[in-house]
Amino acid sequence: MSWRAHGMRTWIMQRLTALYMLLYLLVFSVIVFRQPVHDFAHWHALFISPFASIATLLFFYSLLFHAWVGVRDILIDYVHVALIRYLFWLLITVGVIAMGIWVSMILFSVVVL
Amino acid sequence: MKSKQKRPKFLNLFAIHLPVTGLTSFAHRVSGALLFLAIPALVYSFGLSVRNADGYDAALSNLDSLPVKLVSTLLVWSIAHHILAGIRFLLMDIDVGEHIAIAKASAWVVNVAGLLIAFILISKIWL
Repeated sequence: MSWRAHGMRTWIMQRLTALYMLLYLLVFSVIVFRQPVHDFAHWHALFISPFASIATLLFFYSLLFHAWVGVRDILIDYVHVALIRYLFWLLITVGVIAMGIWVSMILFSVVVL
Repeated sequence: MKSKQKRPKFLNLFAIHLPVTGLTSFAHRVSGALLFLAIPALVYSFGLSVRNADGYDAALSNLDSLPVKLVSTLLVWSIAHHILAGIRFLLMDIDVGEHIAIAKASAWVVNVAGLLIAFILISKIWL
């Protein structure tokens, strides 16, 4: 299985993405706690700066990568028929990439440069 | 030949005494799988909420429907447990709390704290 040859790199990336998500959620919680969101204007304003939207985009990319690796581990452990495993893997990879594009489009439409 | 046939073909999860650390680990995996399945809904709701004021209201009112509330209940526990167990695993990666006694204690803390945090947040969903 050639994609296991990169096991160490994905192992580290799964931990780095976890740390980034923790940091993002911590900062996000502090911001929302200090300035509670009451309506659309407040909520929208959180994401319009380039810094905030890039940080949020990185959060979603981290989430997708992290989940992608996690699902791969589950597939390796429980789906023992190689063909079915690869089909699932292909489906999930396409889905993860599609969601990455989708969330990029959302955040590009929100950001005000 | 006869002894071979007596082997259990399926593992009865209720007959196996899973150590508490194993429970933390298994629940981390289950919660991770549930959170993975929730990603499309998360992206959809986020997109809706930042589009315009109507979208924001729609995203919020979606959260009030019964099926969404039920699923959210499960997801709230998933997030709480996944983050706490994840922090525990990250600490273990850097050799913090690897001793069996500490590992067992921290597994208990994670399992119980995950449920406690979930209960607090879930009560906010339903009450």
